[in-house]
Amino acid sequence: MEKKSESSTDEIKTGSTRREFLEQVSVITAGTALSVSLKAAKLPTNRKFYQEEGTVEVSFFINDKKMTLELDPRTSLLDALREKLHLTGTKKGCDRGQCGACTVLVDGKRINSCLKLAGMCEGAHITTIEGLAKGDQLHPLQTAFLKHDAFQCGYCTPGQICSAVGLIKEGHAKTDDEIRELMSGNICRCGAYQNILEAIKEVQKS
Amino acid sequence: MSMIVGQPLDRKDGKLKVTGAAPYAGEFVVPGLVYGVTIQSTITKGHINNIDTTVAQKLKGVLGVMTYKNAMSLHQPTGSDPSSGKFAEKDLLPLQSERIFYNGQHIAVVIAETFEIAEYAASLIKVDYNEEKSVSDIHDPEAKPYQPQQGLGGTSPQAKRGNTDEVLNNAAVKLEQTYTTPVYHHNPMEPHTTTAFWEDDELTVYDSTQGVFGVQNLLSNVLGIPKNKVRVISPFIGGGFGSKGFTWANAFLAPMAAKFINRPVKITLARSFQMFTCAGRRTTTIQKINLGADSNGKISAGKHETTSETSFVDEFVENAGVATKILYDIPNLDIVQNLVRLNRGTPCPTRAPGEAPGTYAFEVAMDELAEKLNIDPLQLRLINYAEKNPVDGKEFSGKNLKECYEKGAAAIGWKDRSDKPSANKQGRYLTGYGMATATYPANRSKASVRLKLYQEGNAVAACCTQDIGTGTYTVMAQLMADALGLPFEKVEFKLGDSTFPQGPNSGGSQTMATTGPAVRAAALEAKSKAIQLAIADKKSPLYNVEESAIGVENGRLYVINNNAKGETYTQLLSRNKMPLIDVNATTDVTLKDGEKSAAANANAKKEPDNPFAKQDEKMDREKYVFHSFGAHFVKVKVDSLTGMVKVEKIASAMDIGKILNEKTAKSQIMGAAIFGIGMALMEGSVYDPNTGRIVTKDLADYHVPVHADMPEFDVQFTDKPDYNISLVGARGAGEIGITGITAAIANAVYNATGKRVRELPITPDKLI
Repeated sequence: MEKKSESSTDEIKTGSTRREFLEQVSVITAGTALSVSLKAAKLPTNRKFYQEEGTVEVSFFINDKKMTLELDPRTSLLDALREKLHLTGTKKGCDRGQCGACTVLVDGKRINSCLKLAGMCEGAHITTIEGLAKGDQLHPLQTAFLKHDAFQCGYCTPGQICSAVGLIKEGHAKTDDEIRELMSGNICRCGAYQNILEAIKEVQKS
Repeated sequence: MSMIVGQPLDRKDGKLKVTGAAPYAGEFVVPGLVYGVTIQSTITKGHINNIDTTVAQKLKGVLGVMTYKNAMSLHQPTGSDPSSGKFAEKDLLPLQSERIFYNGQHIAVVIAETFEIAEYAASLIKVDYNEEKSVSDIHDPEAKPYQPQQGLGGTSPQAKRGNTDEVLNNAAVKLEQTYTTPVYHHNPMEPHTTTAFWEDDELTVYDSTQGVFGVQNLLSNVLGIPKNKVRVISPFIGGGFGSKGFTWANAFLAPMAAKFINRPVKITLARSFQMFTCAGRRTTTIQKINLGADSNGKISAGKHETTSETSFVDEFVENAGVATKILYDIPNLDIVQNLVRLNRGTPCPTRAPGEAPGTYAFEVAMDELAEKLNIDPLQLRLINYAEKNPVDGKEFSGKNLKECYEKGAAAIGWKDRSDKPSANKQGRYLTGYGMATATYPANRSKASVRLKLYQEGNAVAACCTQDIGTGTYTVMAQLMADALGLPFEKVEFKLGDSTFPQGPNSGGSQTMATTGPAVRAAALEAKSKAIQLAIADKKSPLYNVEESAIGVENGRLYVINNNAKGETYTQLLSRNKMPLIDVNATTDVTLKDGEKSAAANANAKKEPDNPFAKQDEKMDREKYVFHSFGAHFVKVKVDSLTGMVKVEKIASAMDIGKILNEKTAKSQIMGAAIFGIGMALMEGSVYDPNTGRIVTKDLADYHVPVHADMPEFDVQFTDKPDYNISLVGARGAGEIGITGITAAIANAVYNATGKRVRELPITPDKLI
């Protein structure tokens, strides 16, 4: 599914100490990647911070639906999806960015949602496995996964499918080996890899 | 007759899985749910002097901290029947004392409103220990080996036939080698999770388990509440591979915590550290193999001596010699098993416990012997082929291993293999071929099924078994559809709920062979009842027709010789004002003789056209041995500069009885073979020998196979029904694929490089 990156900078009204701090950190650590880091650090700052509760407010679009949450700032995007929004299709496999079970698409790019704090996603468009099908009409990758038996226990499957959506969109993978290489962040312990490859190839062709 | 069984159908539960809608143990909506985070010991042996929880408890959002000081008392689980559940650490019920038996043992649970608060609070707890000297490594001089008398399922891990020592001494060609395998961690993608809540004195638990019925029984036992007050639900399990076969402390801690604070509690083990300490593992094995043969390759004697590890709180035996007894026709054979107690958590079954590491060592030894004899390794297996069970001379219920050898050898191009190692080099890359025999017992136990055939022309059956990704939902529905004469879309199989009739645990590759016949029996019973109803109904076109002359297809009952004469289940049941036909069926291979023949007669009546239906539902263990065989053939490419091994192709041929669904069966074999790639080339847990603490504590340190490691696969089956094990004709598929594969890879690496690595995993450093 094509996701447009909505510019969240429109909503920025004022600078803040946190933003300045991040910029400074970027300058120190990022070196030549300075401009990129600065851009990434431009976080919206009109959000509410509830001192008393120790929570922050964050708004983002999940599967095209705007959601506003009041969260513990330590909440990962993964836990926000699973525990606050009950979108449990996104799985927690390792909580360390090592298995890919939590892969979702943020502004069209595949990421490990366990490595992203939910509070950093202000204004972002997030697509989870629940948002891929159009009503009863499955996403072509979902159909292909079914057809090729590209899963067993099913726990890594949403992450594999979201990752494959991202992979196809990136357009880098042309050969079997390239698909394998670029899907290697998504572990399937049941070993459905061969069938996942077949499913991705089928959708890539069409 | 059979139309739907045997078809490679898509999974029934597939849509739920690809849309993310399938609920796993931590994903049920439970109002008021809070989070438990467990804390583990950081010492390896000793006891806790004090746990200071005061700071954590003051934190806003913390609801309680449960330690040995304030946790409820638990009861020792009773009963040794594996189907009634096995707690992995019988002498270490959680939070009952200050004693520490291993590094990573649960010592406290913090319960808080959110996961974030619980995790932070856990970091604020201070523990003061009194540390003692531990035994933390199998090579530790303090580790005292002993010979266990009981293995998994009560079998003896020691075995002896003939006069091994003397024959070995006099053998013309001798081989003696030692092979070691490291600790392997299952690492199912779903970490162990338990969600628990109480309603008055009734407990409901969502648990990631391979044995729902067993968990219910254990919870009743350990918490001291009646079984009918405990409900365990587990419709989807995110992989198990044995780690969820035994029950671990998390299953008790969640209900304990829920009681402690009177709120529903979810506990999920963290992948990092916790999944490597409190969720089982495959133990280290040190395996010494002796073989003696004549110059023609006939093996006269063998010895397989294994040393594996267990804990101080329970005994688990990784009986690596178990398959050696049955693999080949070796007249003189000793199987010896030693155990060493370590200050580590208790090991548990891992996909093909015993067989997987055992076939690695023994099948590499066979490759080494073949080289010594200057005989092709495949030829050596054929020379020593066991036509009958070498243990007791009984017939195999079905063994078509020679066909597997032929299929596999053809698929890999075995003829291209050079007997001389490292002969096949192109540029910097060496190519090699290897093979090994696969074998796993065909288990079957007892299952009960309730089936409802509805007036609307659909049917639902239920049994308390599991689908751990193996395809139970799908294949049981296929069996139902055929036996009832209904379309696949009109049948549904339910599982994973302790309120359903008892089914087997998902271990020992027994689900298909155990639950399958019960599902089929229930479906035939329901069909028979419908037919009886029609025969007795004057308004039915089938009135007074012989039962044996009636067929059912697509939900319509008809006269076999006169298709026009008939009616649908819907017409029959609505006319008779019956909303449904409700039946129960139990198939039990432990039935006594009288009961067996009654079952046989009933079967014959239900399926007059099926010659096999006259057999009774039993496993004739007097006459047959029930065992599956197969063969793996592997081609590898080794980079001579870096030592990197790439498995290029795996050709597997398996003889596992009738293939009920080729799609799911192939997935089982491929998945198991991939587990084997991990065992052979990359997996292995490392412990710090000084502290006893695990070093490879997450998936960044513990490497499992990923997409990039994948070879080309060619999986084939003999697809020969084994009606001696059941009328369904299928033996299990879940574990045989991991046996032999590790040896086949290791043998291929040797063939490519000329380097015989006898210590797994074969990492690049060992090849350069």
